[in-house]
Amino acid sequence: MSETTQAPVETPQINSSRLLMAMGSVGFIAGILIVFTFQFTLPIIKANEKAYLDQSIFEVVPNTAYKKVFTPDKNGVLTPIAEDSEEPYKIFACYDKEHKLTGVVVEASGQGFQDVIRLIYGYDPQKQAVIGMKVLQSTETPGLGDKIITDAKFLSNFAHLDVSLDESGERLKAPITLIKGPRENDHQISAITGATISSRAVTRMIARSTAINIPLIYKNLKVLEEAGNE
Amino acid sequence: MEKKIELLLSSSPFLKQQEDTPAVMRQVIYSLLPAVLAALWYFGISALMVMLTAVSFALLTEGVYNRLNHKKQTLHDGSALLTGLLLAMTLPPGIPLWMAALGSFVAIALGKLIFGGLGSNIFNPALVGRAFLQASFPVSLTTWVAAGSLSNFGDWRGPAFTIPFIQEKVDVLTTATPLSMMKFEGHLTPLNQLFLGHSAGSLGETSALLLLLGGLYMVIRNYINWRIPVAIFAAVMVFAGGLHLLNPEKFAPFYFHLFSGGLMLGALFMATDPVSSPITHKGCWIFGIGIGFLVVLIRTFGGLPEGVMYAILLMNSVSPLLNRVTQPRIYGAVDDRHKAKSKP
Amino acid sequence: MSEERIQSEKMEIFLKGLWKDNPVFVMLLGMCPVLAVTNSVINAVVMGVATLAVLTLSNLLISSLRKLIPGQVRIATYILIIATFVTVADYAIKAASLEVHKALGAFISLIVVNCIILGRAEAFASKNSIGKSVLDGLGMGLGFTLALLLLGSVREILGNGSFAGIDLFGPNFQPLTLMILPGGAFFVLGSYLLLFNWFKHRKEKEQRELEAVTFYTGEATR
Repeated sequence: MSETTQAPVETPQINSSRLLMAMGSVGFIAGILIVFTFQFTLPIIKANEKAYLDQSIFEVVPNTAYKKVFTPDKNGVLTPIAEDSEEPYKIFACYDKEHKLTGVVVEASGQGFQDVIRLIYGYDPQKQAVIGMKVLQSTETPGLGDKIITDAKFLSNFAHLDVSLDESGERLKAPITLIKGPRENDHQISAITGATISSRAVTRMIARSTAINIPLIYKNLKVLEEAGNE
Repeated sequence: MEKKIELLLSSSPFLKQQEDTPAVMRQVIYSLLPAVLAALWYFGISALMVMLTAVSFALLTEGVYNRLNHKKQTLHDGSALLTGLLLAMTLPPGIPLWMAALGSFVAIALGKLIFGGLGSNIFNPALVGRAFLQASFPVSLTTWVAAGSLSNFGDWRGPAFTIPFIQEKVDVLTTATPLSMMKFEGHLTPLNQLFLGHSAGSLGETSALLLLLGGLYMVIRNYINWRIPVAIFAAVMVFAGGLHLLNPEKFAPFYFHLFSGGLMLGALFMATDPVSSPITHKGCWIFGIGIGFLVVLIRTFGGLPEGVMYAILLMNSVSPLLNRVTQPRIYGAVDDRHKAKSKP
Repeated sequence: MSEERIQSEKMEIFLKGLWKDNPVFVMLLGMCPVLAVTNSVINAVVMGVATLAVLTLSNLLISSLRKLIPGQVRIATYILIIATFVTVADYAIKAASLEVHKALGAFISLIVVNCIILGRAEAFASKNSIGKSVLDGLGMGLGFTLALLLLGSVREILGNGSFAGIDLFGPNFQPLTLMILPGGAFFVLGSYLLLFNWFKHRKEKEQRELEAVTFYTGEATR
């Protein structure tokens, strides 16, 4: 490995304009390359992301024909926004072919075992329950933490997760909690054996998000239902 | 003709104790016996099989290694036997036996032999094996059964004879250890149960009393440095006691931490391992305090209910460093730091 | 130099990255991705191929610009070039498969600081012809990919009971979970190094014995 030890012979006197020229031209080539790739891949990436989100939403709320995007304004009223809006706080209302509201999808994110977990869950206003959950992004340990994506028993928790509101309409009747072993009530999530930290992270994210979003959706239910007819 | 006179030259020390490594190892094994008997009493034939498997695979690994590498056979020094027995004491009674065998192999091969054999290892070999198993089979290693008695000696406590790498779905009546009951349900196990050991847990983490008896014997015979366990106990008492004073509802009292889980076994038999613990007295104090502090930290704030193993392994890794910084000044020698200061 | 010798020299440049100077098993370079993303075969292969592409392209560009880049600013220029190709690779993977991109996370961007790439730029591409540099990049990149694949397959098979996502042993398999945790990477890498060094050791021993024999016979015939 003698080749690694010796540095190229440096010419002692070089004026700085040549250095600038060299760096500048390399930077120019680099810039062109990056801009070119970016322009080329951007539509593909956007389309990929949109297809992925659409597919996930339809998985979480079945019988969905189309969806509309809303965001809460200052007074806590949900207002429609464009689908590709940059607004980070998005709530997706899903409708079937008869323009009836089938469910509402909310995105939640939080710290997992290794990195941020992003997920969506579907809420059915009729049943007053969460009816589906899908993890969009996670870097949990394969075979262990990633059971939050693959484990059928864990996912079945979210097929019917009770989030009904109390009389005031401001709070959940019972907060969502994690339990080790089989669930006793509909508002409990049964943890995955051996992946308690990831299960706890998912539970915490959903508990926090439902506590804020379910009352908001409930208050705006009329708005969402009417929007389907437009 | 010259007459030859033989002069025998030798350096100090001139006074030597008669005891050698095998004798010391034997004594340590003897002092572990009360706890071993207790494990047999509480967990019956399962405990016996786990111990036999762990010990025989530890001996086998060392024997085969020495044979293959044409090294002097070191089985008679008893260290492999002790490692196997200590590993068995940290395992749950219902563990599949092939896992115990694998743990023994890892403990001896990767914990000891790969560093150059007895005396060169950085970490306590038994705990290396246990850590490997814990990370590999988190479910099997945290499946506990309730303690029984001599009357159901013959009952198997778990799927002992599963084929390696095959999961067997066996319905065993599992229960929680005092530590996990505290952590996940806030339930405090009564002191007398902890002290006598009639509780769920690993083979060797049941009876604090019998472990203390064995430890006391070793301290009296001066096989272990008493400073290490004393420092661990003191640190646990102060830290856990302090937390308990702050919020008695959330944090367990100090005696609970002292007598539950693997603390007694770890503090008396594993942290005191002469190879992986510091040599200097000051180093031993720091070593013990560090372990006690980490144990309470992991148990109360970590994800796992038990932290003795990781606490000891972590402090093992700093013990060479502790030896360095606590080196006593040689009489008459000038301290390096003073020398540096006095320079103009 | 004759045609044949040039051919064999080129072969030598290409092959040394695969075996004799393997970046992972011999030079122990780029340990960060080696240990971090080899928890599954797919992750390992994508990481390897991305590194291979970046390495080859940056070697190509650096070698073609080597006479124009002044020595004083060469490291800065190399990093600029490497970072460019890493960004390109990042976009390309994202466009090809969102899922893989998510699984690899920050490690694609971290190819920039993979010491193999800067190491080859400085040690080889900056003083060799374009053709040789590309060959060197391909060889080293393939060696790196191969190493990642070897680690990734052992870890996925033992730790998850599957190969490239295909279940191998059925639902009753008891996985050695440690293998897909970060600690398992060290165990597997250590075992491979043991194996490689054992091979090397044995080969050297044979070589020495052979030399000793020829020396002895040479002595005798004199």
